[in-house]
Amino acid sequence: MGSAARLYLAIARGSFRRYSTYRAATLAGVFTNTVFGFILAYTFLALWRARPGLGGYDTSQAVTYIWISQSLLVTVAVWGGGFQDDVQERFRTGDIAVDLYRPVDFLGWWLAADLGRAAFQLLARSVAPITAGVLAFHARLPHSALTWPVFLLSVLLAVLVSFGLRYLVSLSGFWLHDSDGVRAVMLVVAMFLSGMLLPLGLFPDGLRQAAQVLPWAALVQVPADIFLERSTGSQVLGGLGFQLAWAVVLLALGRAAQLLATRKVVVQGG
Amino acid sequence: MAEYLGERESGVERLRWAVRSWQLTAAMWTRAAMAYRASFALMLVANVLITSLDFVVVVLMFQHTDRLGGWTLPELGLLYGTSAFALGTADLLVGSVDSLGERIRAGTLDVMLIRPAPALSQVCAERFSLRRLGRPAQATAVLAWSVSAVRVDWTWDRVLLLAALLVSGTVIFSALFIGGATLQFWWGEAKELQNSFTYGGATLLHYPPTVFAKELVAGVTFGLPLAFVNWLPLLHILGKPDPLGLPAAFQFASPLAAAGSVLVAGVAWRAGLRAYRGAGN
Repeated sequence: MGSAARLYLAIARGSFRRYSTYRAATLAGVFTNTVFGFILAYTFLALWRARPGLGGYDTSQAVTYIWISQSLLVTVAVWGGGFQDDVQERFRTGDIAVDLYRPVDFLGWWLAADLGRAAFQLLARSVAPITAGVLAFHARLPHSALTWPVFLLSVLLAVLVSFGLRYLVSLSGFWLHDSDGVRAVMLVVAMFLSGMLLPLGLFPDGLRQAAQVLPWAALVQVPADIFLERSTGSQVLGGLGFQLAWAVVLLALGRAAQLLATRKVVVQGG
Repeated sequence: MAEYLGERESGVERLRWAVRSWQLTAAMWTRAAMAYRASFALMLVANVLITSLDFVVVVLMFQHTDRLGGWTLPELGLLYGTSAFALGTADLLVGSVDSLGERIRAGTLDVMLIRPAPALSQVCAERFSLRRLGRPAQATAVLAWSVSAVRVDWTWDRVLLLAALLVSGTVIFSALFIGGATLQFWWGEAKELQNSFTYGGATLLHYPPTVFAKELVAGVTFGLPLAFVNWLPLLHILGKPDPLGLPAAFQFASPLAAAGSVLVAGVAWRAGLRAYRGAGN
């Protein structure tokens, strides 16, 4: 147990360091998130000026929603990416077959690597946009100190759910040889149903209820509502429970798909 | 072969050769992509869906209000359609230039430099993909709906101005793609930076200028010439007051702004190419 934990920790640390190497790229990314934050925050201001209190958000919560979602975009990989690019490359070169024979669990390896990536992205790519939001738009920071650790826990669960979804997409490569098409479709679904573009509460009836129970809501909507202290008490627990449930289900599905895929590779490659 | 071995003295001939090189490279990549038709179709559909999302968000916003910054939904449709058309067409034509940094890192730019065709044409057409038609196609659909739904008397001057802004807007975004990519000669990892100007700029132009702070509107009028893509000409077409109170001449100046952007991007590209030193591979 001890050595396994040390191994996964080393993988996560290595991944953290790998992403932190590209400082200029990170800086360029932070700049882009901040520019988009500015543009979108103005559009939300205009909407909430026309309809104060829309969706149960006051104006300062609505503007903050934009900055939180921009901060989380890369960390929870709404667009996909992270380990997906690495796995995709290994499909292309055929190295994927070697990966499956390593004495390290395939899912565990990439999960550890993705957590390391997410930890770096959260540190590097959320501080500047939030600061810009506070300075330029009086974005609303949590009033209760307890909200911060709960928010961090929610982000961790969001990364787990995001990993579960991306892992399934990547594994589709075992059957489709090229998961690019599936990835592109998933990007659309994730951008829309995570609440990245618009809080789910503003969706029309039917679509709203559906979006709120689908796993993508765990990526942005749930952590954002916790940060905005919109959900309180039992609602917070409900949100975290929702994320945890989807994380468990998706990782279990990923594990099952991996078993099937492994069998397929053995049959083909011998 | 004689086509490119001859002397090409005049500017017109050099331009024609640059366009021809672009066409040849683009045709090659199109043939390559067509080898995987199923993947191509799926990606094209996904592309249309992805680019539609931005407009779906606007439509959803209008479920809760009938005006945003004083503009109606068909008016926002005009903004969206023109901005997305210009960005999408520019992306189709020259969008591949944004992977310049990767080419420099991998050393493949050197290969392009020694070929007897302009490097810019090759970089812009590299990995050319017709699936990028998704955005302009979807933008055209939104534009067609908005033109018929908006309350505007489509006199010939308005029609002409709309046509001129679509062309000028495409040129301005193309110049932004190339100018932004030029930064990668010095700052190889800056790829994401130019997304702020291109994709960020297009997002900005989906919404009316009245939504934004005056400083921001002034910045994209006199700094990056984004306001000339659609804001200024559409103010004339829709007969709306200019939030900055600029002279009416600005509303007709998009072609000039486009010419200026091309000039700046061209100078920047040449400076970048001169500063570039191959790794000797």
